Amino acid sequence: MSAQPKILLLDDDQDFLDLYREMLSKHLSSLPEVRTASSGPRALALLESETFTLMIVDLHMPKMDGLQVLSIARRKYPQLRLVVLTSIRDEQFRARAYGMGVDQYWIKPESDQEMGLFMESIESLLNREAQGGFRGVQSKSLVDIIQLECLSQSSSVLKITNGVVEGKIWIQNGEVIHAEAPECSAEPAFQRILSWKAGNFETMPAEPNRERTIFTSYQGLLLNTAQALDEAASQILPIESTGNGSPANAATLLAELSQLNGVEFVLAVGSGENPSQDFWGLENPKPMSDWMRETLENFQSLGDRLQAGQLQQVVGTGPQRKVALAPCAKSRLCVGFPPTLSAEQLRDTMKSILTKWVS
Amino acid sequence: MGLLSFFSKSRSRLMRLPSGSFTLDREGRVMTSTLPQSFPESQMCAIGEKVLASFRAAQRAQMPLSEIIVHYAALKLLARELRGGAIIFLVPQAFNQNLKRSPTNSRHL
Repeated sequence: MSAQPKILLLDDDQDFLDLYREMLSKHLSSLPEVRTASSGPRALALLESETFTLMIVDLHMPKMDGLQVLSIARRKYPQLRLVVLTSIRDEQFRARAYGMGVDQYWIKPESDQEMGLFMESIESLLNREAQGGFRGVQSKSLVDIIQLECLSQSSSVLKITNGVVEGKIWIQNGEVIHAEAPECSAEPAFQRILSWKAGNFETMPAEPNRERTIFTSYQGLLLNTAQALDEAASQILPIESTGNGSPANAATLLAELSQLNGVEFVLAVGSGENPSQDFWGLENPKPMSDWMRETLENFQSLGDRLQAGQLQQVVGTGPQRKVALAPCAKSRLCVGFPPTLSAEQLRDTMKSILTKWVS
Repeated sequence: MGLLSFFSKSRSRLMRLPSGSFTLDREGRVMTSTLPQSFPESQMCAIGEKVLASFRAAQRAQMPLSEIIVHYAALKLLARELRGGAIIFLVPQAFNQNLKRSPTNSRHL
């Protein structure tokens, strides 16, 4: 990453562009280089030719509106920080912008105080980037990152997001002192988080007052966790699998998922040209797998067209059963339930399934 | 005022996600709609096309469905099968309210 951050400012109002370019380039301590674009196509062309740290986007613009630009930018440049700066005070647009993965949504400041807060937030986003947040870094495992933090005697909070689930690890003076994951805390939470294969990392400021719940050294913790993961992987149950996936892990997991409230069958299909296919409770998974693929692709493209944000879940109800589909990490999941299961029960069970799956 | 509007910049309207319902026949043609007129019919047809395709694909998979609910981050779409066509409800979702419903809403959607 270059030392000087680069900001792309997109608005159709030239006066606004001139004013904010001046302010951002001169009043932020990181002294970013600020480029401007007065239309969506121009901004996308700049993104294509140069690397930016952050893009600030107005929503209301002629021809190509801000939501269209955000949708393309998020898909093509996942590392790019996105900030909406608009005069539209509308919860729906805020929800849609966050649904598309923007980092912040700001109403155009109307006072010095609001302007100060806006500038601080931009500085904070740039600093987080300059300090080397782990977002999108594929070559480092979580173990590497924890070792780095501990060896450098750091104090910080690691926030790890894995699909729909989130975990945190508190590090104080190079020691892991606490961890939290869905439905657990302390050492079990640490083990749960370390079992995640991929995700995003954020280093947050230390919380020195956090109560210590983990007293094992970080080396001991990593050793215990590696041992626990090895043992879990060796407990393979006879679940069917096709393709080039990892039957051992999938088998253990599918057996676990089948125990959840009302689950009649589970089908997991990986991505890629020759995707792995693991299933439990189905005799012939192909028709279901084809329907899942077609339906999720259809509704994903519809979501892009409507700018309705990320597709989270599809639930179908028929006389024989209910079926829930969800894109999940690099897989797609299809889970069958009895038709009598209530919407609330189905939602809760799917939440547990997705949490366990991304783990 | 007319003179002033002559000088004002022309801006495209940001499309709001609509709230309401519409019905489709088995060919995917829009029959009735309670959606605002500002929401283009082409978008309704696009939604209808995907919904009908999913109902038909489910039928082919020998799993006939009478209802499909699609949860997006900012929109919930509920479709009920109607003799080969469908009635489709669109409900924009408020921030942080996705997949959460009040008991009164859950009776309908």
